Amino acid sequence: MSERIIRKQEIVDDPWQVLRLTTGESAETVPLPAGPVLLPLAVWLARRDEVLRRDEQPGVWLDSDEGPEMLADDCRRFAVIGINFPKFTDGRGYSSARLLRERYHYTGEIRAIGDVLQDQLFLMQRCGIDAYAVRADKDIEQALAGLRAFSENYQAAADQPLPLFRRRPAERAA
Amino acid sequence: MYRYDSIDQQIIDERVAQYRDQIARHLAGDLSTDELRPLRLQNGLYIQRHGPMLRIAIPYGMLSATQLRKLAEISQRYDRGVGHFTTRQNMQLNWPQLEQTPAILGELASVEMHAVQTSGNCIRNITTDQFAGVAPDERTDPRPYCELLRQWSTFHPEFAFLPRKFKIAVNAAAADRAVIRAHDIGLELLRDERGEIGVRIFVGGGLGRTPILGKLIHESLPRRHLLSYLEAILRVYNRYGRRDNMYKARIKILVQALGIDEFRRQVEAEWSHLKDGPTTVPDEEFARIAAHFAPPAWATLPAVDEGLTARVAGDLAFANWVRRCVHPHRAPGYAAVTLSLKAPGAAPGDISDTQMLVVADLADRFSFGELRVTHEQNIVLADVRQSDLHEIWQIARRHRLATANIGLLTDIICCPGGDLCALANARSVPIADAVNEKFDDLDYLYDIGDISLNISGCMNSCGHHHVANIGILGVDKHDEEWYQITVGGQQGNAAAIGKVIGPSFHAHEVPLVIEALVTVYIEQRLPSERFIDTLQRVGIEPFKTRAYAGRDRRRGASQENREVVNV
Repeated sequence: MSERIIRKQEIVDDPWQVLRLTTGESAETVPLPAGPVLLPLAVWLARRDEVLRRDEQPGVWLDSDEGPEMLADDCRRFAVIGINFPKFTDGRGYSSARLLRERYHYTGEIRAIGDVLQDQLFLMQRCGIDAYAVRADKDIEQALAGLRAFSENYQAAADQPLPLFRRRPAERAA
Repeated sequence: MYRYDSIDQQIIDERVAQYRDQIARHLAGDLSTDELRPLRLQNGLYIQRHGPMLRIAIPYGMLSATQLRKLAEISQRYDRGVGHFTTRQNMQLNWPQLEQTPAILGELASVEMHAVQTSGNCIRNITTDQFAGVAPDERTDPRPYCELLRQWSTFHPEFAFLPRKFKIAVNAAAADRAVIRAHDIGLELLRDERGEIGVRIFVGGGLGRTPILGKLIHESLPRRHLLSYLEAILRVYNRYGRRDNMYKARIKILVQALGIDEFRRQVEAEWSHLKDGPTTVPDEEFARIAAHFAPPAWATLPAVDEGLTARVAGDLAFANWVRRCVHPHRAPGYAAVTLSLKAPGAAPGDISDTQMLVVADLADRFSFGELRVTHEQNIVLADVRQSDLHEIWQIARRHRLATANIGLLTDIICCPGGDLCALANARSVPIADAVNEKFDDLDYLYDIGDISLNISGCMNSCGHHHVANIGILGVDKHDEEWYQITVGGQQGNAAAIGKVIGPSFHAHEVPLVIEALVTVYIEQRLPSERFIDTLQRVGIEPFKTRAYAGRDRRRGASQENREVVNV
């Protein structure tokens, strides 16, 4: 089973599934599907040893009210960390992504999941998200353009360690 | 003023292209109404009672004559020839067409303007003192700090979807003219004994439904840390501010819930990771931006212009205008002038296309081609020669820009209200009109003296009614427009939130209530007391009592009158 996502500016087929707990399921008992899977944070926290014993490389996803502090140094164990945007207007995931990159120095893939839309991709990219599971009803080819909205930025962020004021060419004497 | 370099221009041009594409995708059905909503809001576009409203950013109120001419042209071509200045020093156009808004933003970009982040749950337009750079009581020019913040906040990738809107104001003078404690973040620039600039930071102020004054979070932060410290505040807010209830989503609610000490602890913990990082602002960057705000080439003039003194002595109308609308300037022989947009019968803050062109010409002829928009919804020419004041007055007077009422009862801060705004519970402009009619005698207005009267059409408090000596708030009761009155609010260093005097009033009662409040003041004042001083000395009770005295009789009489009119 695979799904098309954007990874590093390209559309690729991707095998990772996202496990979401439905009502009645508990982190302690939910069956772990075969194959690469992004687990809810609660599952990771409850069954860390079991997950690490599996052959699969572990993945996890954080909901918008779950901070990367909960992973801390464990974060380097994950090939992929998902950040869920329950609604595209919920901006907490941007802080989570920056913290993963800039504070915890996580270098694996950070994937936006949930309500992921073209017009937020540029911001996500700036915050260190480098893979995007664009919402299934949207045209993923069209969404790619969202990554190229701006060619320059004022602030330092995960994609650019220096703010513009440290990079501006010497005042436009020319 | 600040001029874009090629990078600033490129960023704004790319923004226009992005927005044009978003509107095209929306019209093609690829971007739903809900998906477009925050995107258009962050480009200033509201969908209002009669259609779209476009709020154009005027960063910290600074405009060039060229930019104002462009606004006049846009208002003619795409609107109905009227703009409205807001309490965030921005301009609203009330009648643009959705399909034409990309073209309007394109026009704005051609004069280094935009509508970026004038709405939406993001960092809004930074506001400051309208007398920045010329005020005698200024410690340093706040505008370079505002521009630094403008650039930092523009498309900040982490803070584009905050729990709620976020407003920042900067003051750098002895007297606070930017109401900084009514903002999510208020910044006060200070100079220490070595001449270094530090920043006193207030957080968690705001008007709206729950008016609160900002609390002190940092007494004096070295300026190089300004951006990293604000980033820490915004990050704590972005992560932990409430998102379940939009009425409890402003940072003030978070600060209140945690207490300022715990909030400060969390911010400092976050900041410890950011401090001294790349976002630390070097002195060279402050200097680069400050160079854009270097004083214009003031002439060497005598401190007092003899001709002006003679004119003032000989012409009472001119003397009144000078008294109310002309302000001190740090350069000898110069003055700052407020052009009142509060003429009787005009909607407060409204300016016609013709007036825009007149003001642009005045700025070019007399004030180095620049002007400022005030948060009180007037215009300031900041650098005029005292010897030119009489000519400026004559021209301004011909265009209804010289009402000598600045700081008086009719210098009303007022939102557009229910005539235009979809959020409003009640109309506000007709109330302003009615107050103007009731107080149409200038001599009486001068006798009343300094007083502030602000009107908001709803709890969003765009008209800043909470910080007025007399505040009027439109409320909706059973589909009727009613008005709640507060007294005792004020702006400035002694900023205070007004107190509600009691049950709300019908529209036709409001001017009578204002008259009653003013009468108590006139009766009880001591020499040299302003309205607010008397109120603070004698307390709210006498005002309250008079406001409700004879209310039934008054209402009855007015209702009869209304019925006659209706027949």
